[in-house]
Amino acid sequence: MSNIPANLKYAKSHEWVRLEADGSVTVGITEHAQDLLGDMVFVENPVVGRVLAAGEECAVVESVKAASDVYAPIAGEVLAVNADVEASPESINQDPYAAWMFTLKPANAADLDGLMDAAGYAAHVESEAH
Amino acid sequence: MLKQTPLIYKHREANAKLVDFSGWEMPIHYGSQIEEHHVVRRDAGMFDVSHMLPVDLKGEGARAFLKKLVANNVDKLQTTGRALYSCMLHDGGGVVDDLIIYFLNESWFRIVVNAGCADKDIAWMEVQRAKYAPQLSLTPRRDLAMIAVQGPHAAASLWQAMPGMQDLAEPMQPFNSVMVGDMLVARTGYTGEDGFEIMLPAKAAPFFWQALLDAGVKPCGLGARDTLRLEAGMNLYGQDMTEATTPLESGLAWTVDLKSERDFIGREALLRLPRARQLVGLKLLERGVLRNHQSVFTDHGEGEITSGSFSPTLNGSIALARVPAGVGIGDTIEVEIRDKRVKAAVVKYPFVRNGKPLV
Repeated sequence: MSNIPANLKYAKSHEWVRLEADGSVTVGITEHAQDLLGDMVFVENPVVGRVLAAGEECAVVESVKAASDVYAPIAGEVLAVNADVEASPESINQDPYAAWMFTLKPANAADLDGLMDAAGYAAHVESEAH
Repeated sequence: MLKQTPLIYKHREANAKLVDFSGWEMPIHYGSQIEEHHVVRRDAGMFDVSHMLPVDLKGEGARAFLKKLVANNVDKLQTTGRALYSCMLHDGGGVVDDLIIYFLNESWFRIVVNAGCADKDIAWMEVQRAKYAPQLSLTPRRDLAMIAVQGPHAAASLWQAMPGMQDLAEPMQPFNSVMVGDMLVARTGYTGEDGFEIMLPAKAAPFFWQALLDAGVKPCGLGARDTLRLEAGMNLYGQDMTEATTPLESGLAWTVDLKSERDFIGREALLRLPRARQLVGLKLLERGVLRNHQSVFTDHGEGEITSGSFSPTLNGSIALARVPAGVGIGDTIEVEIRDKRVKAAVVKYPFVRNGKPLV
């Protein structure tokens, strides 16, 4: 069973979301997602300032095997992107919960409640395996 | 129900990630595809390639039949054990499959074909056999397993695992093979490194695999095999050539014998068809990853990537692409990646040989 930290929220498309003290959220992809994709070799983040709708394709991660879209887990404006993961895509394999991709200023803080908690995400991963 | 090789339990034991590959349950990697790639470039790795099918062609007149059946000139096979890479064409010049023929003796040739093509190849070869050489027999050898040991230290590791093999196998030049007891040991491979492909009785395969593990050879999956062969500039059937393309459009003119008068299947079509397309190597000049089927834009018209990937050795992206004739080495062309055009250089391939980057 892959690592699913209890302090994070999750989207069905395998992004993790962390609410920060200042009300912004940090987004990355889950350990399960990186495991499915394999060795990461390329990351393309959204442009800072871009306003995203929930579920919008906004970034790309590519492993040796395949390219995969990353979706905005909730609506919001891109505040910052992590240049380190673009320079070292393998950091997502090494520690997917430290290797964040971008931060958002949520359009509506309550949208976070629509995401899954760790138990919900674990059940989602389980259901996709069958 | 997926087919399994005799090594399936060894793969499970090693926690391989198993996938459906042409109907076979095969390891794609054992943890990290990139590490497995580097192991083969720097040390020694092994692949279970038992999904590939050896077919024994036996009887009087086997050579004459092969001269009809395949595009390369089987008369290049003059010494016992010699191997030959060739395409097998249909009448229209398209590629039915690519294969390796091992010359064991005048009435025994072994043909190794791709897993995904095995059924259609057997059917095709049977039709030709009935037509041209009904006295011959064609025997699929599913009773054999096949293990590829590849890398600069492949030979040393193989002698360590199987000391009895060394005397017979060590003097072998590339593209030769030798019978060692009930094993056929060939100095061939699909990685651009020195190495061996060993065909052996299925029952003996897990023991052999374990001996190689004990000698320090790392198991490698089909993922690494694909990036290794792409760096080595080797075509993959179904991607870089198909029934809809000729070997001449697929960078395989060197394997087609059009000089002699020998009338092989597909020859007439190859002489007749215009050569409007060619296979070239690409090296991406910007960030991103080239992938199969991306569109290519050149001054001479559009083309398509047939095999594209990240290259672990070059730490960048490379591809094989089918483009219009007229595109030349050194040209800069554009590739469309997710609605964005990026620049790539047309380069000579192989991209990597014996561990060394060439582009």
